[in-house]
Formats: sequence, structure tokens, C-alpha cells
Amino acid sequence: MSEKTKTSEECSRRQFFTHISITLGSLAALMVGIPIVGSVLAPIVNKPKPIWRPVGELRSFTLDEYVKVNFVDASPLPWAGITAETAAWVRRSKNDELTVFSVNCAHLGCPVRWVSGAKLFMCPCHGGVYYSDGTVAAGPPPRGLYSYPVRIKDGQVEIKTSPIPITTVL
Amino acid sequence: MKFFNNAWNWFEDRTGLMGALWPIMTHAVPKNSASWFYVFGSATMFAFLLQIATGVTLAFMYVPSAGEAYQSLEFITNQTHFGRIVRGLHNWGASAMILLVGIHMIRVYLTASYKFPREMNWITGVVLLSLTIIMAFSGQVVRWDQTAVWSMIVASEQAGRIPFIGQWVAQFLIGGETIGGATLSRMFAYHVFIVPALLIIFLVFHLYLVIKNGISEFPKAGEPVDPKTYREKYEASVKRDGVPFWPVAAWRDMVFGFIVITTILLIAIIIGPPDLGAPPNPSNIDALPVPDWYFIFYFAFLALMPPPMETVLMVFGPLLVGLLLFALPFISNRGERSPLRRPWAVAMVALTIGSISGLWAIGISSPWSPHFDAKPLTVEIIGTDSGPVYRGGEHFNDKGCLYCHTISGHGGLRGPNLTYIGDRLSANELTWRIMNGGLNMPGFGGTLTNDELSDLVSFLKSRKHVNPQPSSSGGD
Repeated sequence: MSEKTKTSEECSRRQFFTHISITLGSLAALMVGIPIVGSVLAPIVNKPKPIWRPVGELRSFTLDEYVKVNFVDASPLPWAGITAETAAWVRRSKNDELTVFSVNCAHLGCPVRWVSGAKLFMCPCHGGVYYSDGTVAAGPPPRGLYSYPVRIKDGQVEIKTSPIPITTVL
Repeated sequence: MKFFNNAWNWFEDRTGLMGALWPIMTHAVPKNSASWFYVFGSATMFAFLLQIATGVTLAFMYVPSAGEAYQSLEFITNQTHFGRIVRGLHNWGASAMILLVGIHMIRVYLTASYKFPREMNWITGVVLLSLTIIMAFSGQVVRWDQTAVWSMIVASEQAGRIPFIGQWVAQFLIGGETIGGATLSRMFAYHVFIVPALLIIFLVFHLYLVIKNGISEFPKAGEPVDPKTYREKYEASVKRDGVPFWPVAAWRDMVFGFIVITTILLIAIIIGPPDLGAPPNPSNIDALPVPDWYFIFYFAFLALMPPPMETVLMVFGPLLVGLLLFALPFISNRGERSPLRRPWAVAMVALTIGSISGLWAIGISSPWSPHFDAKPLTVEIIGTDSGPVYRGGEHFNDKGCLYCHTISGHGGLRGPNLTYIGDRLSANELTWRIMNGGLNMPGFGGTLTNDELSDLVSFLKSRKHVNPQPSSSGGD
């Protein structure tokens, strides 16, 4: 039908068809979009409950020396395999005080190593260095090492599972 | 023969495919665009097609499960007939694609082909470049070894610096609060579904625009683009002495494409895929997550930027570069196209290549990193096997000095070379520096005993030129 023969009734009829088509299409997309977007965003909404993981007998930790301990994340998926493992640096001092640091550098998350002779934590990536109390000694880290909650239960050192520390601003 | 002819005629009659595509294949293009300068876009596309073919092949054998992907990669590499070559093709194909997309972009920029009416060609190209970079990174992650795990963490930490929403973005990327079962499945979905789909969509759009606006003529100095007259002039010149794209222009694309694909195949066969690192165990901290070669320059950038400006550079740097690239055709969409009349454009390209190469060269040696595997100083280097100088040399090995300082070729590069430090600093100055640190050196006042300190100073004082030339001016 050409423009000339279009009546005003015809126009509103076409407008109606246009509107209903676009509305229905958008509605369908919106409806299926909710479960889709929901599934994709699930990991930032569903937080696993932190749990205490035993990492060794208190007495087995050398005095005044950092030791790396491995433990399993809060609630690993069945197919996570070795990726469910994580690590922390633990030091036992006098009076059985415990210090636990994340292995992740506060700069960009690379794994810091305890260099026993120098009594420093050193990061292999961008040169971050920390003193034994976790404060920044050199390099780019904007803050000291992150510590993890720790407790002693029945002679066992237990670490509370925690997220990978993300250094944020604002 | 007659049967095939009839069958073909029937097919063409019912589909009309040849009738629709042939005129596009053979459309007239400017004579001087049939040039070796114009082969890089198609070569990038050929590399992409190779990535699709090899990627799909790898998907036949790869298991996108955080706990099993590593074993499946070992299987592909070592226990299948052609898996090693296919992995090699996919890896070096990615390298080629990055390299070629870069060269293509430089060519388009130097000949100012982004100017009127091809602004959208450029913009879709920038989108394709970003998607290619995302593919390159996610590809390194689905090569699920220890480096992949730590690269994933480093990338998420960078995303974490985005103001306000950083934590969410980081955990969105990791797929939770820690590396785990969800991380790889999500990266796999990006790498094989989402980003390739977007790449194909934008590639088709990009090619459509190339046909719609015509391949740009090779620029001549003194023939500026004027949006009012450009299209008319272009059409007239194509009508006057244009050549059919297929095969007069396209044969060069085919020859260069052939060379590219053959080179990738040869490298895949001779060098093979990159070695798998250690298994993806986040509790294994014996890692140095250096990215693949094409990201090394950015790795160096991350290490070298001044810490106070770090967050700004990390978050807004890439954003600014992206915005500038998008804005380019709006900043200048008319005027001279020839690089001979655009010295600043040439300078920009030189500057960019120069900085990237510089960062790249530094990134390879990573002088900012302590060298944990530095060879200890030997008795020969220390020069004695007893006494304070010897003990100081041993402390130099044991107390971490060696990781950052080089003496006689042994040690790291982070701090100054101390081979002749005895000529430069007095015992007091040495003591002060070791105790307090400075610049990027930690202070060792809290960790060294007095004896250790004095031994170390004796050792460092002994690091002098063997026959110091006494100079009348007191030396420098």
C-alpha cells in the first residue's frame, strides 16, 4: 500500500503492530534475561560461608619463623581439584602469638615469598618488599600485607578461609 | 560434466548466491589500493580464521574443568597425533593475529584511511582490536597452568582498582572470592563463545563497511579529503581506472596470507606450543607470572609506573587510550591523508613503537624483580675464605642482598651494582645505608646483628678496583 492511499486508521493500525511487536520482543528478552544475567552474576552475590581450616599443630611451627601453610577454600566446587587450594604465611612467636599473612602481594596479588635470611617478604612480579611485620619495605605496594583471622583450637592452628584480598580504592 | 553444469545452474537459480556475491567480489577498487601496503587487514582475518579452525579442534580434546583442564592439555600435547601442532598453531596464530592487527592499524593510521567517510571502519576496527586483546588474555588463562592462575589474580587485582565497583568486578572475573571451579568455566565461556561471537559480528560489520565506503585509495600528498566532494571524486576515479578487487587486488592478499599461514605452521611444527607450566595450584607460590610476549610491555608498565599515580594509570590509562582511539576520526576526519604531509602522525607511530619496544626490552629482563635464582658469590669472587670479609660475603649471599644487587656478575638488577662499591662509599655511609635503606631498599637495621653488619661493611669496603688509580682530583 503506498503512502498516498494510507488512511489515518491504517496508520494507527501499523503503529499498533509496530508497538506490539517491539514490546513483545523486549518483554521476551527481559523475561529470559533475568535468569541469564542472574546466573552470570551469581558468584558476586553468593558468598560462601567462611570456615576454620586446621593447618597444623601449634608446636610444629618453628619459633619466630614464617612457614607457608596450605589449606582448602571455604566450599570448593567438586570439580575444582587443586585449584581449591590456597596458602598463607604463618609465624609463631613467643607466648604462642600467631601472625598470618595472605600470600598475595597487596600490589597486584602476586605470591610473596618469605626470605628467611633477609627477614623480608619479597614479591617476584613488580618488586614489592615487606618487613616481617607485613609493612611495606620497598616497591609499589600501596599498603602492607593482608592478615587472615587465626585461632588455636585443641593445640591446632586454624585459619579462617578468606577471599583473595583485592586492594581497592574508594 | 553436463550433469554438474545442470546441478550448478539449478542451485544458482534457486539460491542466486553467485549472482549476489560475484559483483561484490569483483567490485572496482582504486588502482593504487592494489598494493602490498594493503594486505595486513586480510592477513589478520586469515589468522582469525585459523584461530577458529584450530580453536574448534582444541575444543574436541580440551576439558574446561578447573580440576582437569591441565591434564587435558598434557593429553593434547603429548598423547594425540596432531594435538601438539594444533596447540602450536593456535598459540602462534594468536601471536600473528596480535602482530598483524597492530600493523594493519598502523597502516590505516599512517595513510589516514580513517578519515571521511570511513570513520565507522576505524571505530569497528578499534572494537575488533579490543576484542582481540581480550581473546589473547583469556587464551592465556584457559591454558590452565600455574602462570594462568596467577595472571588471573593479577588481572583481577587491576580490575579491583576501579573506583567503587572494583571489588565486584574483580570477583566477577575470578568467578567468586577465590580461584576455583568457577574460574575456568567462566573464562572458557568468554574465550570460546562470547568474545568470538562478538569478533565475528564486528568483523562482518567491518567488512561490510569496507565494501560500502570502498577501499581507500593510497593517499597522495596534496590531495586532501573534503567531505563535500570526497565521495564524488572517489567514485569518479574508481570508474575511471579502478580494477576489480577479485582477482587484481586480492591476489596479493592471498599470497601474503599464504606466507602468514605457512609461517605459523612452520613455527608450530618446529617450535611447537609453549610449555605448560606447573599445575594450576594457587598454593604453589613458586611462581613468576610473566604474560605472553605481546603483554610484556604492559607488565613492564605496571612495574615501572610511579606508585602514587598507579591506580589512576592502571584504571584510566587503558580507558584514555581507548577513548583516544575511538575519538581519532572525530578529532580529524578531513584534510591531508598522506604521511608525507602528516609528520606528527609519523612521530606518534614512532613514539608508540619506541615506547612499546623499550618497555618490552625492560620487561624481558625485569630488573625491578628480585632474582631468587641468582648464583651465590663464590670464594673466588669474595677473594678470601676466612675472616670478616669472607663472613660478610656469605651474609651478602644469605641475607637477600644478592637478589637485588650484582657483584662481579652474580645477583639481581633491582639495586645498584656493588662490584666497586668500596670505591664509592665509606664504611660509615655503607653502614647508614644498610641500616636505614633508602629509595627502594628496605632497612636492615632490625634484622642484622652488629657483627653481621660490620662483616658486611668490611666485605663491601673490599669491593674495589683491583689497582685503583689514585687520581689527583679525588676521584668521582
